[in-house]
Amino acid sequence: MPEPDAEFNVGYVAQLCRLELTAEETAQFQAQLSSVIDYMKKIDQLDLSGIEATAHAVPTFDVYREDVPSPSLPVEEVLRNAPQMNQNQFSVTKVVE
Amino acid sequence: MDLAKLTLVEIRNAIRKGKATSVDAVEAIRDAVEKRDERVKGYVALDFETALDQARKADPKLPLGGVPIAIKDLINVQDQPCSCGSKMLAGTYRSPYDATVIRKLREAGAIPLGRTNMDEFAMGSSTENSGIQLTRNPWNLDRSPGGSSGGAAAVIAADTAFASLGSDTGGSIRQPASFCGTVGLKPTYGRVSRYGVVAFASSLDQIGPITKTVEDSALLLSVIAGLDPKDSTTLNAPVPDYAKGLKGNVKGLRVGLPKEYFIDGTSAGVRSSVDAAIRKLEELGAELVEVSLPHTEPAVAVYYILATAEASANLARFDGVRYGHRAETIHDLGEHYRKSRSEGFGAEVKRRIILGTYVLSSGYHDQYYTRAQQVRTLIRRDFEDVFAKVDVIASPASPTTAFQIGELTNDPLHMYLADVFTIAANLGGICGISVPCGFSEGMPVGLQLLGPSLGEQVVLQVAHAYEQATEWHKQRPAW
Repeated sequence: MPEPDAEFNVGYVAQLCRLELTAEETAQFQAQLSSVIDYMKKIDQLDLSGIEATAHAVPTFDVYREDVPSPSLPVEEVLRNAPQMNQNQFSVTKVVE
Repeated sequence: MDLAKLTLVEIRNAIRKGKATSVDAVEAIRDAVEKRDERVKGYVALDFETALDQARKADPKLPLGGVPIAIKDLINVQDQPCSCGSKMLAGTYRSPYDATVIRKLREAGAIPLGRTNMDEFAMGSSTENSGIQLTRNPWNLDRSPGGSSGGAAAVIAADTAFASLGSDTGGSIRQPASFCGTVGLKPTYGRVSRYGVVAFASSLDQIGPITKTVEDSALLLSVIAGLDPKDSTTLNAPVPDYAKGLKGNVKGLRVGLPKEYFIDGTSAGVRSSVDAAIRKLEELGAELVEVSLPHTEPAVAVYYILATAEASANLARFDGVRYGHRAETIHDLGEHYRKSRSEGFGAEVKRRIILGTYVLSSGYHDQYYTRAQQVRTLIRRDFEDVFAKVDVIASPASPTTAFQIGELTNDPLHMYLADVFTIAANLGGICGISVPCGFSEGMPVGLQLLGPSLGEQVVLQVAHAYEQATEWHKQRPAW
């Protein structure tokens, strides 16, 4: 078995992506994802010099469409799924004191 | 007669000829769901009243006039729930608009009916990651239907739908189709619009049909494919009548057998069924050619780097503001995000967001993400080289038949490795299909046929010729 990835700290990464893990999740994910990351290191062995990166399977660039206005969803439709709303706007947790 | 057991083409023709009505078709699905979905649990939501209203107005002259189609729970259908198998959206979210594929279905006369279960946000290979319910394989209720489109495949095998739409990011149509003994088609990237489909990995996701026959698959693909101004990645290529193009035989067509896809680790039962299917293709006049896809092994690693990276960005939108779960009693914005997301997402989604964030994070981006994109170039070239020599590639759809429920849930890496035969097609952006090709210990085996970019017609043609020469697709689970 390869050594677990010492650089991977699940608690730190969870913080970056705004997730809060329980102690149990932290321990479990640390172990599970360390073995996945070890597996990902397979690609370290390949010689990739001079190989361009593929971002999309089908390279399409600069796709334009006619700049013609079309109807938008009504405000009440857009807000229908909002967990909280106020005066026809999304309600957000206070950001400034 | 149980109308629900008909194929898509059969029910469409019955409605067209006046032997049945669209209302009969919807009621047949309702009866079938009452009888069989209790055990399978392929559907997470069904609205028969709306479907019956639409059925009364159906136009039988249209290509899919009056036929109900089941929809994977990540495709938006106006005024219906779209929960993506997640507690994040279940019970609260209703779609304000139709996805392009739904608009096209409606224009062809079809009726979207029912939301099929899936792994949460399409992340999984067994549908066990659904935050809503456990779906069982109609062939053996102790087994998984595969995933992530497990519900969409199970409802076809259970004859509780005529046809369904699923999505395939790394095999999520082809693998469940093979586990459930159905036909599952992943179109070429860009062949079908993704507008209105909740994104998992935007450079890999593609919508496609799961059906009882290859002809049904061809019919449905012709309806949903095509350029869409609302999805700039759709291809500007004409959409043929794929069903009409099925007639040809396979004489002289070259079928590639990649040596990397015939390896140890594939179960003996799967191997012998697929070997027999390949001999059948040869018998039908196809020429077998041994080929090589040298970057098959690193493809799994590449896939889980790129798919999780894209997912971590796509799922950042679930922030508890515009839609989805919002935590209660929160004090500041940071806590709002952390609590809402942590309460709303299940374990596998959290794992993949973390993995994706890690491979994109400062210091690791080049080592993982950039290198994975470079290997993706090599994988794409492998396919280009092989398709210069052969018309289609044949392989198993999955190394095993359906897993036992619970067998792999605590072992994510092992679960990921089960996708080895399907994920390269998504990385290469090519098309592929799984067709029933036998049974191993009572569970269906799928033959995967891959074709080049926009090669759906030849893939469907070979699949159809094979299907017509065999009886596997006529088998149904015993109830």
